[in-house]
Amino acid sequence: MSDVPTLELRDLNTVFDTRAGVLRAVDGVTLSVGRGEVLGLVGESGSGKSVTGFSIIGLIDPPGRIASGRIRFQGRELVGLAEPELRRLRGRHIAMIFQDPMMTLNPVLRIDTQMMETIQAHERVSGAEARSRSRDALGQVGIPSPDERLSAYPHQFSGGMRQRVAIAIALLHNPALIVADEPTTALDVTIQAQILAVVQKLASERGTSLLWITHDLSVVAGLADRVAVMYAGRIVESGAVDAVLDNPMHHYTRGLIGSVPSRNRRGHKLLQIPGMTPSPLDRPAGCAFRTRCAAADAACETEPALTRPEPGRELRCFHPAHGAVAA
Amino acid sequence: MAGWLVRRLVQAGFVMLAMSAIVFVGLHAIGNPVDILISPDADQAERARAIAALGLDKPLWEQYFFFLRGAVQGDLGRSFVFNEPALKLILGRMPATLELAVTAVIMSVLVGLPLGLFAGLYPNSIAGRTVMAGSIMGFSLPGFWVGLMLIMVFAVTLGWLPSSGRGTTAELFGVQWSFLTRDGLRHLLMPALNLSLFNISLVLRLARAGVRETMPLDYIRFARAKGLSPRRVVFVHVLRNILIPVVTVVGLELGSTIAFSVVTESVFAWPGMGKLIIDSINVLDRPVIVAYLMIVVALFVTINLVVDLLYTVLDPRVRLGGRA
Ligand SMILES: Nc1ncnc2c1ncn2[C@@H]1O[C@H](COP(=O)(O)OP(=O)(O)OP(=O)(O)O)[C@@H](O)[C@H]1O
Ligand code: SF4
Ligand SMILES: [Mg+2]
Repeated sequence: MSDVPTLELRDLNTVFDTRAGVLRAVDGVTLSVGRGEVLGLVGESGSGKSVTGFSIIGLIDPPGRIASGRIRFQGRELVGLAEPELRRLRGRHIAMIFQDPMMTLNPVLRIDTQMMETIQAHERVSGAEARSRSRDALGQVGIPSPDERLSAYPHQFSGGMRQRVAIAIALLHNPALIVADEPTTALDVTIQAQILAVVQKLASERGTSLLWITHDLSVVAGLADRVAVMYAGRIVESGAVDAVLDNPMHHYTRGLIGSVPSRNRRGHKLLQIPGMTPSPLDRPAGCAFRTRCAAADAACETEPALTRPEPGRELRCFHPAHGAVAA
Repeated sequence: MAGWLVRRLVQAGFVMLAMSAIVFVGLHAIGNPVDILISPDADQAERARAIAALGLDKPLWEQYFFFLRGAVQGDLGRSFVFNEPALKLILGRMPATLELAVTAVIMSVLVGLPLGLFAGLYPNSIAGRTVMAGSIMGFSLPGFWVGLMLIMVFAVTLGWLPSSGRGTTAELFGVQWSFLTRDGLRHLLMPALNLSLFNISLVLRLARAGVRETMPLDYIRFARAKGLSPRRVVFVHVLRNILIPVVTVVGLELGSTIAFSVVTESVFAWPGMGKLIIDSINVLDRPVIVAYLMIVVALFVTINLVVDLLYTVLDPRVRLGGRA
């Protein structure tokens, strides 16, 4: 039983029916997150990371839809599940944290309202108990004098503090999985580090699995157990964090690593991946990265199959690279 | 807060002062009430006596000065026609107008808000589109024409509702009200609907736009991600936010509804201030016209104040006087 992963996506396709055609935002994504595991999902803007997250929690609104594929949560199929069933999972067994803490809390409702309703949506408890549990949750994420802060409005908190509130809300029911959609991107570096520390500590104490969405590889390096690299709606490479970062095989992953500023490479010019992400309505056939890849050749015009170049690693590339990215 | 209130009241005082001066000069330019009030075959002596009695023999600036001196003591002059204090005349008609306007505004929220929520949540449904098309009519059809049509259909053809007057009234706080009796309510329904048609459309569109704007926001997604029921998401998270513009606009519209009731009151022979002011304009009964406008400005100022206060209750981010 314990080897059933918390989350398993199989060939997930989420599309948007737009006027210009069917937009394949998530295009055959397969990944899994084990119990208590932290999976970093990285990729450029528009690669489909958020859409993957919203698909998992069942919040894809029309014109979007899950066209095909499986989403297994603790062995249970979520695709096609009726809305009331999904709602029982949401917030209780699967929680989500968003990117912009300034926008995730309702500006006209007090913090206690927004926390207590989360508890009472899933459990029949008294207002007093919901309130005291909310207060404890605020304390756990490091909000000083939580009792007073409960009656405050979101605008009375800083961005970092608001994100702590959102994390406290996500943790209220001790969910098995938290989908964190770039929760630190909008914050200062120091605040970012504090938030990461809080989440890391609470998640590991409780054995919570995390799907941590980011475009920042340095965040992934310190936080995740495994990493999946997403490009144009597909996972192009995945594996243990150290293995992928020390020896990236996909040329897109190498480009991403090359563009991260780091201390021991100060003074060097940052590498940029040339070209632009192709429009999701008009992706090149075959490897979607081939318009920007230095190693591309005629073979890349067909779809690269999933390979396992090493144990625990997966890759979609005809001409894998080897070795660390040169500094 | 106190400073803010004082500033607002001083501003209101200046508005009233400027307005009374404009009305004085304007009415003077339009015509001489004596020509209307005194029978054409009155002789010179009679004419002079009447003019002196009305105080119209003095130069305009002096008349205005007398008016101001009376006004600060709460005396807005006597009606030329009724020979009664203008203020008393208007206040006597005010409950009928307020009753009509407030009923109309309440109706606009009770009808417009649910329709707007629906149209916003299901913008592509046939019902949603129908509601929107209907609201265009509410905006563009002239009020008096709709009033006449209502009378034609519900009073003349179907005979369901009475077409004029306030019906039986009952007393509350020493004032007569129609809404307290069944017959009064039947009389109130059609004119109130007529008067609220524009506001129904306005509230409906505001609510629809608010829902469309709010639904895709992160905090609504977050609320849904918490596992809240759709009902709680819509009626707490969305509604609380769209209530801010709706309350503001509806509150401010109460003032113009009172002003616009002139037309409805004429069509339905509703004995309110609107009908009085039309009659007074016809005979250039200056004290009544000035007093009416002063009262309307005072109402506007009061309504604006209340709306501002309500706004701070609804939106915690707003603090009066610009200081957080
Ligand atoms: N509601 C929608 N309607 C149409 N297209 C959408 C919608 N939501 C997302 N998309 C498209 O899906 C693709 C993937 O978007 P997604 O938000 O998942 O990217 P992302 O990887 O999260 O990027 P970012 O780093 O900017 O958050 C984009 O091309 C986007 O335009
Ligand atoms: S498949 Fe070809 S184009 Fe794609 S990354 Fe590998 S080498 Fe480059
Ligand atoms: Mg995103």
